[in-house]
Amino acid sequence: MSVKHALLALLCEGPRYGYELKAAFEARTGDAWPLNVGQVYTTLARLERDGHVERDSEDVDGHVHYRLTDAGRRETRAWWDSEVTREAPPRDELAIKLALALTVPGVDVRDVLQRQRTATVRALQTHTRRRARLTSAQRDGTAPAGAGTTAAVLVLESLIFAAEAEVRWLDHCEARLLRTADPNGARP
Amino acid sequence: MTAVLELRAATRTHGTGPTAVHALRGVDLVVRPGELVAVMGPSGSGKSSLLMLAGGLDASTSGEVLVEGVPLSGLDPAGLASLRRRAVGYVFQELNLLPALTAAENVALPLELDGVPGRAARELALRALDEVELAPAARRFPDELSGGEQQRVAIARALVGDRRLLLADEPTGALDSVTGEAVLELLRARVDAGAAAVLVTHEARHAAWADRVVFLRDGRLVDEARSAVGWTA
Ligand SMILES: Nc1ncnc2c1ncn2[C@@H]1O[C@H](COP(=O)(O)OP(=O)(O)OP(=O)(O)O)[C@@H](O)[C@H]1O
Ligand SMILES: [Mg+2]
Repeated sequence: MSVKHALLALLCEGPRYGYELKAAFEARTGDAWPLNVGQVYTTLARLERDGHVERDSEDVDGHVHYRLTDAGRRETRAWWDSEVTREAPPRDELAIKLALALTVPGVDVRDVLQRQRTATVRALQTHTRRRARLTSAQRDGTAPAGAGTTAAVLVLESLIFAAEAEVRWLDHCEARLLRTADPNGARP
Repeated sequence: MTAVLELRAATRTHGTGPTAVHALRGVDLVVRPGELVAVMGPSGSGKSSLLMLAGGLDASTSGEVLVEGVPLSGLDPAGLASLRRRAVGYVFQELNLLPALTAAENVALPLELDGVPGRAARELALRALDEVELAPAARRFPDELSGGEQQRVAIARALVGDRRLLLADEPTGALDSVTGEAVLELLRARVDAGAAAVLVTHEARHAAWADRVVFLRDGRLVDEARSAVGWTA
């Protein structure tokens, strides 16, 4: 996904400058996908070229604020009204890697599976800990006000469910491999 | 700090000769106070066998198992039983609640067996049931509880009193996802308060609550996952 629509959506709340957009994006999404500020400014430049945003006033510190145009508002509306496409998924490196591990000679598939399982479980631990920090901050009332924390928790949970599904799929691959240990297929 | 649990080249073989089953082959594992270790692995990889050895419910064929520094092989049956009741809380894969006892009596049983007076044992049992949000069901018998509720009684029984080593074999099996997470949170809190725990689970989302996740394959520990990110910022 490009960050274009995310920036447009954030600008619906009012004019912001580049760094503010970066910070707001990261807070809402649980710091799961850090943005670099350069990427934000490149995107803003493109949005300005396409007439979706325009420059607003400069503040005392010289920050250039961007504001949504009517065309930008329509573009954002169209984004909310359309679904995220799932029919033509992006290339999945892991699925491709396993398919090749199974068919190219000389690869210990169970080792490949285990290495990935460990890595994915480690990622799962990391997401779980980040979420625990947010939920305990929410409980103690030390979290910043607003819906931002809940949004960040939900994003982390999306990563948690995705990682869990990946581990389940890896387990499933291994079980299937053990069951169909045919001489021409993979070596268990 | 002394490890609460230590397995040294722990091996468990069932039978002998060509038909022997190697449930565990030379497993080394150290679990310290304040540590939650999750064990994952395919069916038959030896997860339950590992917990049985750790809880002194089964003896290793070779190698050694130590609980709080005490080698289990050096204990007589009475000593082993006493250590199990005092130090170890166990949630089995098959919950074996006693059908003739109420939920509260099931939870109080290990305490009473260890000489805690009936009244004090009952109070502790009620508190443990309250922790798993089952206080209202204290007087019901196991067959009057749902599968998930029975599981929570079994968890309360493992947590009751001041056990230093908690061993749980698929404790979230019959629980819905929110209740399952609540059990993990409970286990985590006990561990953060100083207990040591080993959790066997198929569910990666639950294993992720552990400080370390170890992987068993064919009776051997083959890998370990440990996140660099801490629980607090
Ligand atoms: N009493 C026994 N006699 C013979 N073999 C046994 C005995 N107990 C366990 N085994 C074998 O030891 C191996 C490990 O069993 P274990 O119960 O530890 O597996 P597990 O990892 O807990 O599996 P699951 O996920 O299905 O519960 C299996 O091959 C099992 O058949
Ligand atoms: Mg088992």
